[in-house]
Amino acid sequence: MNAILIIEQALNGLQLGVMLFLMAAGLTLVFGIMNLVNLAHGSLYMVGAYLATYFAQLTGSYLLGALLGLGGTLVVGMVVELIALRTLYERDHLDQVLATFGLILFFNELVAILWGRNAIYSNLPEYLTGHVELAANLFYPLYRLLIIGIGLLVAALLWYIVTQTRIGMLVRAGASNRTMVAALGINIRLLYTLVFGLGAALAGLAGLLSGPLFAVQSGMGEQILIQVFVVIVIGGIGSVRGAFAGAVIVGMVDTLGRAFLKPTLATIISPAAADSAGPALASMLIYLLMAAVLAFRPQGLFGGRSP
Amino acid sequence: MRTTTRIALAGLLAAAFATTPAIAQQTLKIGFITTLSGPGGIIGETMKNSVELALDHLGRKVGGLNTEVIYGDDQFKPDVGKQVADEMLKKHQVNFVSGIIWSHVMLAVAPTVTSAGTFMIGTNAGPHQLAGNQCSELFFTTSWQNDQTPEAMGKYMTDEGFNDVYLMAPNYAAGKDMLTGFKRTFKGRIAGEVYTTVNQPDYQAEIAQLRATKPKALMVFYPGGMGIQFLKQYSQAGLRGQIPVYSVFTVDEISIPALKHAALGQFETRIWSPDLKNAANAKYVADYRKKFGKMPVFYGAQSYDGIMLIDSAVRAVKGNLADKKGMIAAMRKANFNSVRGKYSYNHNHFPVENFYLLKAVAGPTPGGDPVMEIQKTVFANHKDSYSQECKMKW
Repeated sequence: MNAILIIEQALNGLQLGVMLFLMAAGLTLVFGIMNLVNLAHGSLYMVGAYLATYFAQLTGSYLLGALLGLGGTLVVGMVVELIALRTLYERDHLDQVLATFGLILFFNELVAILWGRNAIYSNLPEYLTGHVELAANLFYPLYRLLIIGIGLLVAALLWYIVTQTRIGMLVRAGASNRTMVAALGINIRLLYTLVFGLGAALAGLAGLLSGPLFAVQSGMGEQILIQVFVVIVIGGIGSVRGAFAGAVIVGMVDTLGRAFLKPTLATIISPAAADSAGPALASMLIYLLMAAVLAFRPQGLFGGRSP
Repeated sequence: MRTTTRIALAGLLAAAFATTPAIAQQTLKIGFITTLSGPGGIIGETMKNSVELALDHLGRKVGGLNTEVIYGDDQFKPDVGKQVADEMLKKHQVNFVSGIIWSHVMLAVAPTVTSAGTFMIGTNAGPHQLAGNQCSELFFTTSWQNDQTPEAMGKYMTDEGFNDVYLMAPNYAAGKDMLTGFKRTFKGRIAGEVYTTVNQPDYQAEIAQLRATKPKALMVFYPGGMGIQFLKQYSQAGLRGQIPVYSVFTVDEISIPALKHAALGQFETRIWSPDLKNAANAKYVADYRKKFGKMPVFYGAQSYDGIMLIDSAVRAVKGNLADKKGMIAAMRKANFNSVRGKYSYNHNHFPVENFYLLKAVAGPTPGGDPVMEIQKTVFANHKDSYSQECKMKW
């Protein structure tokens, strides 16, 4: 365990954190403002990855593919909201869970029909494959730095939109009292569609960024969705600030746990015991953290305040 | 009037039930359980395709009987697998249960099936418990015991004089079997051993740890989508040229289309390869490619063999499905044209078979996907290491 390794792992944690944040921000906004539990958020992530990969192969340009993928996911998100989710706002959460779970199945089968069950080939363009020497002997992949940069930029942008603009004011108002906002003559339906589209676009962005790293295949969204739910529970449902804090905490705890828990345990208990306990404990760490947060602060770290 | 109708109906039903056993004798029912949804769905698809191809080759009559295959989806979950098996046993009253990709699912399903007095023909997962103290005369497999394939890799890497090898596998029943198998035959130093969470998407943290350890080589077991993500990220981390990767069940015809050049030059050990030279295999590979438009995978080859094994058993007892003793005796002979070539059964009903070293080489079409090619035989007639714990004798 040397300093360089710790810094590298911290960067990995931050990178996972911002990726989770992109997902969590949309999910928490939709939940906080529209009171809708959207299990299909992972499907939008998958749609983003598929569309970006598909368009990149079609146009031969990674950047163009990414832009079209982002726009495509935004459109898909809005269409889903218009067709399927509008009718669910007044229903209770169980109905919403059932309906959006149905959407997961629908999207997973849809991509399997369109692109087959095989994971599709996706890779980075040559100019993004390099490594950056951040300090002596600390080489970090350029693409992962790019993800961190984009994630932080989006976080800043969201903060600006939510706290400094009129739309943001409506979003915050909608989160605290929907009926009053509607009574003041704001078109709450349009606001909902916009918020959902924004959430979908963020999930799509996370998806298209992970395309070159992960296997682009049917069902890829569900692999990350559970962690995203952990993030919003820790951060506080409905709070974008909470989503950011929760995402970075979960990213860090998960990554550092996977990297350092076993060697640390080995210094306390026998190496053989650490070998079996380490990986098991590391994969439980974020859930233990969530349980602790729920026990001591059930509303989440930033819950119960404005987003 | 209504009473008469009712009585007539009751009579009709009674007659229908009374004739059922006679019809059941005529129809062979096989319950085939695999993963058909989620990321593992692609593996299940190759297995299902191969079962269908085997049925085609047998004229849709396994063992000369009308055959009904009922497919079940275990969703990668042991509890769901067990439920599906229960339904097949009680509702469909199948004669054979077959399939199963994952060891943790197999450990839940196999005892359920064999304790109900029904045959379980595994076509992939080979957890060590079933080869050892939990062996059963109703359980056969057409695949391998989990440890065997990495044992072959351990042997090969020892012969090549490797030292300081770093091991990685997902943290579940098969992952542990795989690394245990490798360590049984690998005589060099182990630089590190890491178990990751099953279906974890990102391996960057583990790759950083691995880089800091500076091993001479890496041996991994990452089946299905996990392998694609791991090898992509390993390549992106710039380690591919520096630390060679050897793998089992990671680079195959499922992951190659998603990996393309990142698969080139990878070594695997396996019991089967599309280029294995025998008549049954040539027919299987050619017809599979014709019918489904892609390369078959070992999961499928083993499933094709599973149906052929059942066919040989039912033929030997001339369709008398009540003669379980006769079918056990027949299956022990492995008397059918396996796509891997001739093999025999050990006393625990696990195959004694050859293990080959495979390499992903450039395909025949320029710009096309790499293909797996046999380099040499690592083990001839290799037995698993748990058979002595199995009390069964014959």
